[in-house]
Amino acid sequence: MNEKLALLVPEIVTFLTTCLVMVIGLSPSLPVRRSCGLLSAGGLLLAAIFAVNGPAGDGMLPGMAPYAKALVALVGVLLVLLVAGTVDREEDARVLRGGVFDALRTNRAEFYAFLLFSLTGVMLCASATDLIWLFLALELTSLPTYVMVTMSTRGTRSQEAGVKYFFLGALGAAVFLYGFALIYGGTGSTKFVEIASSISENGLGPITLAGMVLAIIGVSFKIAAVPMHFYTADVYQGAASPVTAFLAFVPKTAGFLSLILLLSLVGWDHVGHASHGSHDATGHALPGSLRLVLWVMAAVTMTVGNVMAVVQSSPKRVLAYSSIAHSGYMLVGLLAGPGDAGATFAHNGLAAVLFYLAAYGVMNVGAFAVLAGLERRGRDGRPVEVDSFDDLRGLCATRPMLGWTLVISSLSLLGLPPLLGFFSKLPLFTAGIAAGEIVLVVVLGINSAIAAFYYLRFAGVALLEDPNNGPQPMSAPFPARAFSGFIAAVLVVALSVFGSGLMEASREAAQVPASGHNAPTPERHEPGPHADSGDRAETASMRIADRN
Amino acid sequence: MELVLLILIPLVFAALIALRPAQESKFLAVIGTLLAAAVGVNALGRFDWGSPGAMQLEAAWAWLPALGLELSVGVDSVAMLLIALTLLLGPICVFCSFTAISQKERTYYAWLLVLQAAMTGVFCARDVVFFYTCFEFTLVPMYVLISLFGSTNRKAAATKFFLYTFTGSVITLAGLVYVGWYNATQLESVGIETAGRWTFDIGALEAAAQAMPANIQGWLLLAMMCGFAIKIPLFPVHTWLPLAHTEAPTAGSVVLAGVLLKLGTYGMFRFVLPFVPAAMIEFAPVIATLSIIGILYGGLICWVQTDVKKLVAYSSVAHLGFCILGLASLNTVGITGSVLYMINHGLSTGALFLLIGMVYERFHTRSMKELGGLAAHMPVWATFMVFFTMASVGLPGLNGFISEFMCLMGAFQAGDAWGSLPGGTGGSLGFWYALIAGLGMIVAAMYLLYMVGKVVWGPLVLPAGHHHPGHGAGHGGGHGHGHHDGHGHSHGPLPRDLCEREIFVLLPLAVLCLVLGLFPQPVIRALEPAVNRVVETIHLAGERPEKGHGVQASAPATGSAPEVMMVSSGHEGGGK
Repeated sequence: MNEKLALLVPEIVTFLTTCLVMVIGLSPSLPVRRSCGLLSAGGLLLAAIFAVNGPAGDGMLPGMAPYAKALVALVGVLLVLLVAGTVDREEDARVLRGGVFDALRTNRAEFYAFLLFSLTGVMLCASATDLIWLFLALELTSLPTYVMVTMSTRGTRSQEAGVKYFFLGALGAAVFLYGFALIYGGTGSTKFVEIASSISENGLGPITLAGMVLAIIGVSFKIAAVPMHFYTADVYQGAASPVTAFLAFVPKTAGFLSLILLLSLVGWDHVGHASHGSHDATGHALPGSLRLVLWVMAAVTMTVGNVMAVVQSSPKRVLAYSSIAHSGYMLVGLLAGPGDAGATFAHNGLAAVLFYLAAYGVMNVGAFAVLAGLERRGRDGRPVEVDSFDDLRGLCATRPMLGWTLVISSLSLLGLPPLLGFFSKLPLFTAGIAAGEIVLVVVLGINSAIAAFYYLRFAGVALLEDPNNGPQPMSAPFPARAFSGFIAAVLVVALSVFGSGLMEASREAAQVPASGHNAPTPERHEPGPHADSGDRAETASMRIADRN
Repeated sequence: MELVLLILIPLVFAALIALRPAQESKFLAVIGTLLAAAVGVNALGRFDWGSPGAMQLEAAWAWLPALGLELSVGVDSVAMLLIALTLLLGPICVFCSFTAISQKERTYYAWLLVLQAAMTGVFCARDVVFFYTCFEFTLVPMYVLISLFGSTNRKAAATKFFLYTFTGSVITLAGLVYVGWYNATQLESVGIETAGRWTFDIGALEAAAQAMPANIQGWLLLAMMCGFAIKIPLFPVHTWLPLAHTEAPTAGSVVLAGVLLKLGTYGMFRFVLPFVPAAMIEFAPVIATLSIIGILYGGLICWVQTDVKKLVAYSSVAHLGFCILGLASLNTVGITGSVLYMINHGLSTGALFLLIGMVYERFHTRSMKELGGLAAHMPVWATFMVFFTMASVGLPGLNGFISEFMCLMGAFQAGDAWGSLPGGTGGSLGFWYALIAGLGMIVAAMYLLYMVGKVVWGPLVLPAGHHHPGHGAGHGGGHGHGHHDGHGHSHGPLPRDLCEREIFVLLPLAVLCLVLGLFPQPVIRALEPAVNRVVETIHLAGERPEKGHGVQASAPATGSAPEVMMVSSGHEGGGK
């Protein structure tokens, strides 16, 4: 039991921070209330430190838990900086004018608490060893986000977005819960290890297969992949930009971690498919039907995301659809799987996904930080979010820091070498080819080119156009948001030169235990292999620490 | 180390320009490009011309080792000469922009230098991903230059340019990554020592790709050509080029024609020919046919142009057609001619764009309807114009001729029917390919001479609002043209004819055109060993007994490499 608790230290730290924030946020003193953000960031940093120094998980991919927790916590810090000022601005202003503090009208405590709850949920996903645990963790990730969307602005659009997000989220949850139930029905257990051994002994029966497919489709809601992507644009647009950045990264990470865990129950070492002639027949592939599902999902998701992004006129909607497309790219890595035992980073599709998540998290914060960092005075004198390309015109000249952050982030999201986005897409190429998915890699390539169309617009508008001196002046009142964007831009550049450590860490995180699940034995719970994997995690954590 | 300096110097100066006030940017750009050129001259001196086929001046640093990348550089004679061309055009582009660019100078010169760094990087890269990085990164500065400093339709042109070339090269990357995977996993048994580990080293991947079966090589050829053909541009995918050229500022056009297009042909030389020789033998006729269509079609389109710049832009399509034809002939003469053509085209077409830019700065038009008989108005300009047109047409004695002739010769010799004759190298092109492509030379003469006849000779026509000369218009030193049209380009006063700076810009190009036309021998001798390395791989692939279908159809090469060299030398003698 102690071991289990030791695994959960990062989650516990985050949870304690949450409790603290909930109390502090209701303090009658404004400076104390305002420390919520810093406190959350501090708690997350602490959680990240515990994660990298903590033991490896005991799930299907023991190295994944520390990596994913540290990743979520660190990107979480950037997100906390980014959400500064989302709630309670009017309330604070009123209090500063001499109004009386009214605990009922302040939202700050709830908002930060929900944010931290959601991050805790993702961390729990990473260390899940059981279907029920996974379900609860996924819901813990999602439920707070529904509230965050709704309370992010005072407009009705946020409420509409929140409701939409909630109902479709509930539908998604119902679908994957049904899937989980079928997996349980097919294998007789909810424990990952037992499910894996049952599948490898008895094969993938029709009920289990149906369960898997439903689970994948349900979880695709979290990653905003086709066929559960319909909410994305509306919800992303309806929420305030900082919350949108949160939505684009946090539930997506939870979804991909869950998909990696779910697919590792089946394993990638089934005898190959015939898509590629010279690929040796001992192949490493998912079972044909699952492969087909994921193949179609990946191809359609990235194409739909990119094509729809091209025709949008609002930057937030463009980023929303592009977020769909990025999920499609990552599905390629998921489909490719971990490769041979001890495969290098370039051959390991799961490592590519984990690295891509980190890269996407950073680039995404960069792009949204610019949108969130600006605002315009609306007709009624109230501040309005920036949501048109016109507002971004000439940003490099007027606000160089935000402007260049946007240029760097969008070119990186485009996948232009030598920026981080390229080096996170390249492993998807290599892993996809190594898995014999040549056609899918070509689709991925063509989609990257389509993406150039709209990402170039961000860069071009900011860099090349003349500044927009419209009647409604722009302002950038959030130094914290600009700062988080700045850090993201620096990380984008730094990681494209010094990212090797992070790549190695993600490779170690994506190691499927050498025994595989072909001969899964209960011994995996015993100390021997455990210490071994702890060792691995140690190296991984050192690498992650390097990065900071 | 020199090579890295060649990349770093422009980057450092670009950063300096961005940080310093705008008044200093011209000065810094001049220093930066000249410094790079000086280092380049030093590199030319350190390059061992005794073994020009070998990779020299090599250096490497680890870069994201988890992905197996290396920042490795190295050049053979082909790359070295193309780098020299890049470094020569660098200062020229800066000098020619002094009066043309009067706003946002910092942006302009900084990106121009970044562009130069990226282009140099392409030529000296020895790592596929490093190559690709530089190859792609040329797009950003060019995009900025066109869309900020171009003419009316610049936004659309820049976007089209970016998307077109980006799309193609992503597929190229997929192909090259495939070779990397093949090298790492599929070659344990073949006995290539670099096989079995994950690397992007060009030499290692070359060996791996050659070991591929013919049908996979075919797919790889297609994938690689997606990127390179668009960049060159080859006939059906050339449509971005005229637009980009017409809209680009003068220096942009010079770089575009002079170096950027060569990235495609260089890519073919460096990757396509040595990586997939078997597929090249099989598909050479297809590529040659497309290039010939490009030659004729490009030429005929030139003929109906009224915009001088567009005319020269389309002439690039035609000229690069010869270049590809030379590469597709797969023998020493043709490929050497093709590489020589890359340099020559850079010199003569670059100069033509400069000349057109000079006229545009004065009259703000490039239409042949509004310009005519400029020989009387601007005699120095006219002299240069005629000279460079002749070089471009391929007048014997100037540089265009010898390379064009070698490309045609290569195609001619690469025929089955002539395989038994002396100099015949076998292959699937031959007499008809050479003959029809040769028609392109006639078409080129027609449109270029027509253009010169109209613009340089003929009755004097100037756009409305310009002084008619001869009636005491005076020595135009003082009065600046071009303020009347409201373009907002206020530039310094330009004399009627070329000023010293402009002559200074054109003179080195003219001298090189003449020297390369009269004494091409040393350059050819330097290129041949590097080319022969490629030709030998192609011969080996041709002789390889089987490997799939289709290869047998093409006859194995009969002429051995030394023989070919001898014959090609003979022709150059004639060229003199």
